[in-house]
Amino acid sequence: MIGLVLSVLLSLNGVEVQARDVPDDQGGAVELRVNFSRPLDISKILIYRVANGDTVSKKVAELDVNGQTKIKYIDKHVKNGVPVQYTLFLISQLGDTLGTVRTQMVEAKPSIFNKRKTFLLLAVLSYIALLIYFMSQARRGRELYLRPIAGLIEVDNAIGRATEMGRPILFSPGLSTISDVATIAALNILAYITRKVAAYETRIIVPVYDPIVYTIAQEVVKDAYTAAGRPDLYRAEDVFFLTSRQFAYAAGVSGIMVREKTAANFFMGYFFAESLILAETGASTGAIQIAGTDAVTQLPFFITACDYTLMGEELYAAGAYLAKDPRLTATIKGQDVMKATLATLLLLITLIAFIGPKLGLHINWETFKAYIVGL
Amino acid sequence: MFLSRTLPMILVFVMGIIGFSLYFIPHPAARQFENTLSQWSIAIGSFAIFLAITSLIRRYINNIKRGKDVFYSIVALVALFGMAGLGLFAGIDEKSLFQKIFINVNVPLDATMFSLLAFYVTSAAYRAFRARNVEATLLLVTAVVVILGISTIGDTQVWLRKTAEWIMNVPNLAQKRGILIGVGLGVIATSVKIILGIERNWMGG
Repeated sequence: MIGLVLSVLLSLNGVEVQARDVPDDQGGAVELRVNFSRPLDISKILIYRVANGDTVSKKVAELDVNGQTKIKYIDKHVKNGVPVQYTLFLISQLGDTLGTVRTQMVEAKPSIFNKRKTFLLLAVLSYIALLIYFMSQARRGRELYLRPIAGLIEVDNAIGRATEMGRPILFSPGLSTISDVATIAALNILAYITRKVAAYETRIIVPVYDPIVYTIAQEVVKDAYTAAGRPDLYRAEDVFFLTSRQFAYAAGVSGIMVREKTAANFFMGYFFAESLILAETGASTGAIQIAGTDAVTQLPFFITACDYTLMGEELYAAGAYLAKDPRLTATIKGQDVMKATLATLLLLITLIAFIGPKLGLHINWETFKAYIVGL
Repeated sequence: MFLSRTLPMILVFVMGIIGFSLYFIPHPAARQFENTLSQWSIAIGSFAIFLAITSLIRRYINNIKRGKDVFYSIVALVALFGMAGLGLFAGIDEKSLFQKIFINVNVPLDATMFSLLAFYVTSAAYRAFRARNVEATLLLVTAVVVILGISTIGDTQVWLRKTAEWIMNVPNLAQKRGILIGVGLGVIATSVKIILGIERNWMGG
């Protein structure tokens, strides 16, 4: 049974001890709770553990009481599936042993499902169901209104400007790895931009920071040229691995922007402190710049130095928005509906927090928060 | 077609579902499996490094052949092969030439680039804080309060320190959380699209 509670309640002279397997964990841990129902002259508790079949017990902890009435201790060194028993020695201020309390056998077991994350699982599943609903609606031909995103509308203009000027376009997919969804979102945008670039016969330069992202970016660009019917325009050396050192990458990309005189710069993905170096250098060359990142700390820099910035979720929506595939754009609608739902819930919770106490409604917000986030 | 399209999509679907499930399973077997997956990605990454270095060398050799940025390309290739050779044949211990070059050349160069940020921040702040309209003026006033509040002036002017702290902890934190909620929803939506095979740009469109 998941999270089986093998607890025992022993009482000795006003001391209650409860031992149980820690629920919703990977096993190997037993929780001991000591409650004093009346004031006692106890300064320390020595805890000894003995495993089933062993004859020698092992000291696992020495806890200071310091007048506390409730003490909790988690023994994290228990073998799974092996019953153990604890003996607690209650030591007085003078160092005498006032008594001992022995628990019954308790067994640490790993859990198959973390019950504390139930709400989180249900919330995510509901959101996925909402996304699938909108996708099915879009497949049936239902028209979905999408709010305009200025940065995305300007993507085509930026490519057009570069084409008119006869200068290349620079695309940086950020400094994160492929396991970061922001990088995948950046590659989705790269695919769209490359198709446009191929149609306009413009050059695109893609310096990459991460080796795995490089191999994928190479494929994305190559396939986008093929999809646009211009595989002859694809230049393998324009999609290249630059370096995996942060500021060396910033220096390298800045150098490319200055030497190649790129007319449009796209910074999409996750960026760190180098964001401002890239954006300011690009701005100094007079290029039109569109950035998109979910790195909250870097957003102000991009907003200041770039012409357009995709903030947070707009980066994830961009690929779908640009592709104009109804099933993809339907997910943006789902995102917006979920955001509106969450905003309404937050407003309600805030109202309850303000008005609740006046109406006699007392909520333990710490427990509420732990339940919501699954801690 | 099967190897280039169908198989990757099946793998992404299966691994996506497993990856999602692992978050809710605390069992040691799940953790073990997660560690194995991490080790696989490291192994795949080492193949990618080989491809990445090849692309780097190819680019610089092409540059030299075309007579474009020849000097920079030679410097990059010499640095690449020189450091790799030193590391492979002379070792990378503390007293090695490799470490000396790294500490005395690479680290100061990194620090130089990082220090440029101070000037870029100043230039960006100048542009951002120009009071051209109501919003920009509000931004300017807020920035001045925060800058003064968290500086030494805030030690003597408590109201300024408290106002700056309030700005950072209430309106600033609220907008950060708003963006993060949107990011979370965007991440889930993108993941669902990839797992269900609707979004395929990651494998070339």
